[in-house]
This record gives sequence, C-alpha cells and structure tokens, in this order.
Amino acid sequence: MDKVFLYAGLILCALMLISLYRGVFGPTVLDRLIGVNAIGSKTTVLLVLVGFLFHRVDMFVDIALAYALLNFVAVLAASRYFQKRGGLG
Amino acid sequence: MSILVTVMLALGLVFFAGAAVGILRFPDFYSRLHPAGKMDTLGSFLMLAALAVQELRHFDLDHVLVAVKIMLIVLFYFIASPTATHAIVDAGLRAGQSAWTKPRGGRS
Repeated sequence: MDKVFLYAGLILCALMLISLYRGVFGPTVLDRLIGVNAIGSKTTVLLVLVGFLFHRVDMFVDIALAYALLNFVAVLAASRYFQKRGGLG
Repeated sequence: MSILVTVMLALGLVFFAGAAVGILRFPDFYSRLHPAGKMDTLGSFLMLAALAVQELRHFDLDHVLVAVKIMLIVLFYFIASPTATHAIVDAGLRAGQSAWTKPRGGRS
C-alpha cells in the first residue's frame, strides 16, 4: 500500500509541474493566480499523502488544513489587490 | 478495501490531470477557471476520501478523529474553491478583461 501512495504522490508532483507552466508563463496576472491556486489544492492532497508515507498522519493532517486555509486567504487577498489596482499587466 | 482506496486515488488523479490539461489548453482565463474551479474540487474530494477510508482501517478513536479531520479539509475545499473562483472572476471583470470569442473564419 505504501508503494501506491508513493506513486500517487509522484504523479501529483508531475501534474503540479504542468500547472506551474501557467503560473510562470501566464499572459495576465490572473492566469498566474489560477496556476498558483491549482498547485495549492494539489499540495494539500500531497501533504496528507506524505503523512501516510511517514506513518504520521495525525501531524500532517493539521499541516494540510493550515496550508489549505493559507492558500485560500492568499488567493482571495491577491485577487482583491489586483481588483483594487485596476490594470492587469 | 485496498482496491477501493486504489481506485479512488486513481480516479482523483484522472480528474487532477484533466484540470491540469484544461488549465494549460483553454484560450482565456474565464474558460481556464472552469477546470480549475470544478475538477480540482472533485479530484481533491476523491483522493482525500480515499485516504480517509485508508485511515479508517484501524477503527479506534484516534484514527476516526484523523479521518474526520481529513473530511473537514474536503468540506473546507467545497466552500473555499468556489469563493476563490468567484473572486478571480470578479477581479477580471472589474479590470475590464473581455472574454474570448472565436476568430472569424479560422481556428485558433
């Protein structure tokens, strides 16, 4: 079962690299924001998977919950900031 | 039980892959928000539910508490992801971004 979790985590890392393309080369700021949001939602799942790999799920679940909260607040604050600032470069 | 966990993990990875390809391939960011908002939510639901089922194999108080916490992450995502998507769309609309339309006479 550990091997299944390991391979799922590796595939998840590859998908995060695909999403990172939109974060780096996005034409507007909001495209980069979408890429960062997608990477954050994959990272939350990856943290719980790492907890299963290390047999410390009780600790890593709290870290994943805090990361999900932080990701949501970051995306919300960045989109409010660019809405107030107006033009998107 | 482990077959169920493996199948749900694989289904979640399929949905995450669809979300990544959609974010990469759609023409403008209003349409890119469509896979980013929905398929990420369903993919994280499937994968985290599989991990909660895996955690419930040892059925005592500590493991049930951890499984409930994992499902609370899922509940938080079901509230947070549409809110973040709505905030990004609102920022784009107020910044005056126009939506993508198909160019006349030719594929793009």
